[in-house]
Amino acid sequence: MMVSITGDAGEPAAAPRGGRARTGSWPAAVPLLAFTALAFGIPAVALVLGAFTVRDPQTGVSGFGTSNLVESLRGNYLSTLVSSVQLSAVVALLGAVLGAFLAQAVVTSRFRTLRESVLTASGVLANFGGVPLAFTWVATLGNSGVLTQALGLGEYGWSLYTFWGLVIVYMYFSIPLMVLVMVPAMDGLRPQWREAAGNSGATAWQYWRHVGIPVLAPALLGGTVLLFGSAFAAYATARAMVGSTVPLVTLQIADALTGDVLIGHENIALALSLDMIVVAGLVMAVYLPLQRRSSRWLR
Amino acid sequence: MAAVTPILPTGTADPAAPAPASSPVSRPRRMRLWRGVVLGAAAVYFLVPMAASFWFTVHSEQQGFSLSTYAEILTAEGFAASMLLSLALAAATIVVVLALTLPALLAVRLGAPGLRPVLEVICTIPLVVPPITFVTGISTVLRWGPDYLAATPFWATLIAIQDETFPVVLVLAYVVLALPFVYRSLDAGLRAIDVRTLVEAARNLGASWPHVMFRVVIPNLRSAIASASFLALALVLGEYTVAALLGYQTFPVWIVTISGANGRLSVAVSILSLLTTWLLLLILSGAGAKRKDSQ
Repeated sequence: MMVSITGDAGEPAAAPRGGRARTGSWPAAVPLLAFTALAFGIPAVALVLGAFTVRDPQTGVSGFGTSNLVESLRGNYLSTLVSSVQLSAVVALLGAVLGAFLAQAVVTSRFRTLRESVLTASGVLANFGGVPLAFTWVATLGNSGVLTQALGLGEYGWSLYTFWGLVIVYMYFSIPLMVLVMVPAMDGLRPQWREAAGNSGATAWQYWRHVGIPVLAPALLGGTVLLFGSAFAAYATARAMVGSTVPLVTLQIADALTGDVLIGHENIALALSLDMIVVAGLVMAVYLPLQRRSSRWLR
Repeated sequence: MAAVTPILPTGTADPAAPAPASSPVSRPRRMRLWRGVVLGAAAVYFLVPMAASFWFTVHSEQQGFSLSTYAEILTAEGFAASMLLSLALAAATIVVVLALTLPALLAVRLGAPGLRPVLEVICTIPLVVPPITFVTGISTVLRWGPDYLAATPFWATLIAIQDETFPVVLVLAYVVLALPFVYRSLDAGLRAIDVRTLVEAARNLGASWPHVMFRVVIPNLRSAIASASFLALALVLGEYTVAALLGYQTFPVWIVTISGANGRLSVAVSILSLLTTWLLLLILSGAGAKRKDSQ
């Protein structure tokens, strides 16, 4: 087929069809690439360089070294990192299990309205992190919260500003996130498979053990990993809610960044950030292939 | 035993559940009970905090029931300024992120499919990198400015983007954070239309590139652009980490600032901001559903 574009053959974006398959329109992507290199690349490079830059407190001379990173994996700093990983792991596992049950309840329900409204609500709540989430929970179960007062929870030693308090609050966006991941996957479970298993004499447990769970496994794992990542990165909720009573790596980075460190240790925030990126990167390295795998079943 | 469903539903097995069209198998009673428990527990967990925090804002021992907290919001010190700043940042972010992403995505569809993996990586990285580490990097760059750039023209730029009244540095950060969401909505929108045919037809008829963009492509992508903008708006209005650590008084930062002095007010603002997000997303999903119907 001949397509002649008259007039502006010299314009690179409108090269004739033959050559356009590979070249031609790429200049339109240049602004985005340049912007990312500037707004994301420079801070990333600065972060990595800074994490490896060590300033000698006596002489004030800077040089390259790993002592920031070593220090960030030691003592108090290490314990905040471990505590963050623990919190995220608990949130991810609990959120994945509860979210999967909720998704299952929604998918098998016959009420279309229920399904639609749960999905819409999940879409909203999965994005409901940050400051407002913290204050909603403080008003509910904080020290002078409505439920705390009404049920007299304070007498039983209840406090929202603890590890498990944070778990309860993080569930509020984790479960909806899991529902959003699981519902499409569960829709992919054909009723025929269940019937076939039933006709062959399988019990419900056998059906789930040999058909349901294996098909859902990539989505389940991927969702768990996603929850881990979002809980691991969360800062605003924890800051607005617990201040610093629960040691978390995000809170520690913020403190180090705003000057709450010893002289000569300014770059510890950068080293901690690098630790976080490594953890988050490992987690995502698990997630992306899983997502690709699970999409195979969802056609 | 009870879990195995009868092969031939007789219709009399479970009179309460007439065999639905979607699944020919009538579900056993135990399953429905379990579903009820799960949905009930979820409803309690998700609704109680909202109800309780609303009660928290309208009820006090001394005054009883009153909506005065909500009336206070508008006149509260710093509310208008922080809200305006957040809205201005959101507007700038939306314009910039659309202006960057849309041409790049079109380029991928029209003639440079090789760029797709690159774009996907760029638009996934902000999801992997926690915002707090991103802001650590940004503040490092800003801190190093005086050491390395003091004698160069970049120095003035670095000062200018940190202007208190309109911190461009926040726009830069928010565009990066919004990229994944905008990329996905626009990509979904482009998948629904045959953009190549549209563009070729318009070009063959002699339309200029700006004409193609503004009169052909953008009108066809209206709902995808709207959803991308909504997502970016919700992101900017709720973003706390970057603004707080760089020291700017945006709306979420303001909520935390007033929480110390007026807890009730901060909870009221939180509820309102949840309702706003809810409304935005409902409009969004409503628009999406309408689009599906018309196809």
